[in-house]
Amino acid sequence: MTLTLRNIAKTFAGGTRALLPTDLEINKGEIVSLLGPSGCGKSTLLRIIAGLETADPGAAIHFDGEDVTAQPVESRKVGMVFQSYALFPNMSVRGNIAYGLKMQKLPKSEIKARVDEVVTLCQLEKYVSQPIASLSGGQRQRVALARAFAPRPRLLLLDEPLSALDAALRTQLRDELAQLLRNFGITAIFVTHDQNEAMAIADRVAVMSHGKVAQIGTPEALYRNPDTAFVARFVGDAQPLVGRIEGNMLYLQGGKLPLSRAAEGHQAFVRAEDIRLEPRGPLCAKVEAVTFLGAHYRIALTGAAKETLFALYGGLNAPSPGDTVRLAIAPQSILTLPVDKEVA
Amino acid sequence: MLKSNTKLLQLSVTLAACAFLFVPTLQSVLAGVTANYFRGVSSGLTLKWVGQVWELYAGSIFLSIQIALACLAATLIIGVPAAYALARNPGRMSRVLEEFISLPLAVPGLALALALLQLYGTNHGFRTHWSFILVGHVLYTLPFMVRSVMSVLAAIDLKTLEEGAASLGASPQRRFFDIVVPNALPGILAGALTVVTLSIGEFNLTWMLHTPHLKTLPVGLADSYASMRLEVASAYTLVFFVMIVPLLLAMQWASARAQRITQ
Repeated sequence: MTLTLRNIAKTFAGGTRALLPTDLEINKGEIVSLLGPSGCGKSTLLRIIAGLETADPGAAIHFDGEDVTAQPVESRKVGMVFQSYALFPNMSVRGNIAYGLKMQKLPKSEIKARVDEVVTLCQLEKYVSQPIASLSGGQRQRVALARAFAPRPRLLLLDEPLSALDAALRTQLRDELAQLLRNFGITAIFVTHDQNEAMAIADRVAVMSHGKVAQIGTPEALYRNPDTAFVARFVGDAQPLVGRIEGNMLYLQGGKLPLSRAAEGHQAFVRAEDIRLEPRGPLCAKVEAVTFLGAHYRIALTGAAKETLFALYGGLNAPSPGDTVRLAIAPQSILTLPVDKEVA
Repeated sequence: MLKSNTKLLQLSVTLAACAFLFVPTLQSVLAGVTANYFRGVSSGLTLKWVGQVWELYAGSIFLSIQIALACLAATLIIGVPAAYALARNPGRMSRVLEEFISLPLAVPGLALALALLQLYGTNHGFRTHWSFILVGHVLYTLPFMVRSVMSVLAAIDLKTLEEGAASLGASPQRRFFDIVVPNALPGILAGALTVVTLSIGEFNLTWMLHTPHLKTLPVGLADSYASMRLEVASAYTLVFFVMIVPLLLAMQWASARAQRITQ
């Protein structure tokens, strides 16, 4: 299903603007993630799409061209997976999954067949007759997904579906969820505050900040070509290189770096993985701390730029705290972005 | 040593308090099955007095059961949706309404009865109908149903559960009967048993509202105490206990069960 959002805004009673007028287009079969810090309006946008909240007047929501703006949630035919899963404690796993099908008044035999199909797809065969209270977090998440998917919704909406799980399980289930959504072949919107989750699951990511979509694009595009400082910081933790830009030269405390283009009046950013330790590098820095993270070392560096920089070092002989080192950053790895009013 | 002494003291005080309540009760019950109370148990045990109570007061017993069941139906129909509405829209307004519903608990039953008599006393048909007593009982027991259901509903994430059901296509009515009621069941059960027990045992409001033809179980009890021989009155106490004690035990069990959910 194609989803078209026009002029979606939300002002809460009391005047708080949770969402500024937003337009968004989501293609058939696409998985889009709404990514942003808490309070950025991503859950509000999802709830408006679901029909659980009403947008301010003037909004238009179209499902495949059909205007659903005035429809209540129960007639929109959307599947919803909640952060807390919202599984019905008074029903078994089967009862939960069958509920949406019962609401469609399907014949019993068809309900059974469709529940069995989804149960197999989500690998819940062992648990069908169990009560909800006896399930683990990961199992509940799968039941919630199966329940939302069983009625064959036009659109699947997931509100932080992994955040109730512990860290180790989260990574495993993230990949499992991505796989299931691909198998379903359904249009899906996925709200998260975790950039790794968004990147692992979504075809496109909409980064949200202060009630609006800051940038939407593929995970690669957002990572390589962020439009704003906020997106650069939020996706891939870009660090500011505070200094002075003259033409295509960046002057920092510890030396000067060539840029790939003239960027006067812009702000420079670099990611930890793009800072290299090189004996002949143009930047001079002092090693403040070294943290061993297994695959690499994380090195805190002072003196190179105004703020402490972090670099990842993959070699065997990491420098020690107190050492003076020289750094190099490739010109194309330095992101030059317009000064972000909200962050600055 | 000190600790065990304290324990011993606590135990004896508890036992003494129990005995204080239990001994007169036992004596009364025993009197109800004694052939002649003044000659003591040696005069023999009999069910004659119980039989006489049944002959004289069966109508009261059935009227009490009828009123209690009607009261239960009314408190279910009014109380469960009211509790749902209050739990679903928390806020100052809800708290004020809850206090308002609970007002009959603070006002003495006699005052409540007087108010009802002042308002409807002149309507002869209603005044002499059993539903007049029912109205009093509903006013008095409704807060127990509302509070019991509310406490269970407050403990579950009702809003999200309902949103889940709505997203699956359930209308508001379906959500109420498929999600709200089943999940509130422990609270409804505890509330129902409380309502029935209170309705059967209610005396002071009922005493004001009753007519000679409309005597409930406790009003009949007072009547028998005033006008029957001691053995019959005691047998009545026995009958009353037999009816009310199982209800009390069931109420305890149901409340404990509902409490486990709210924790």
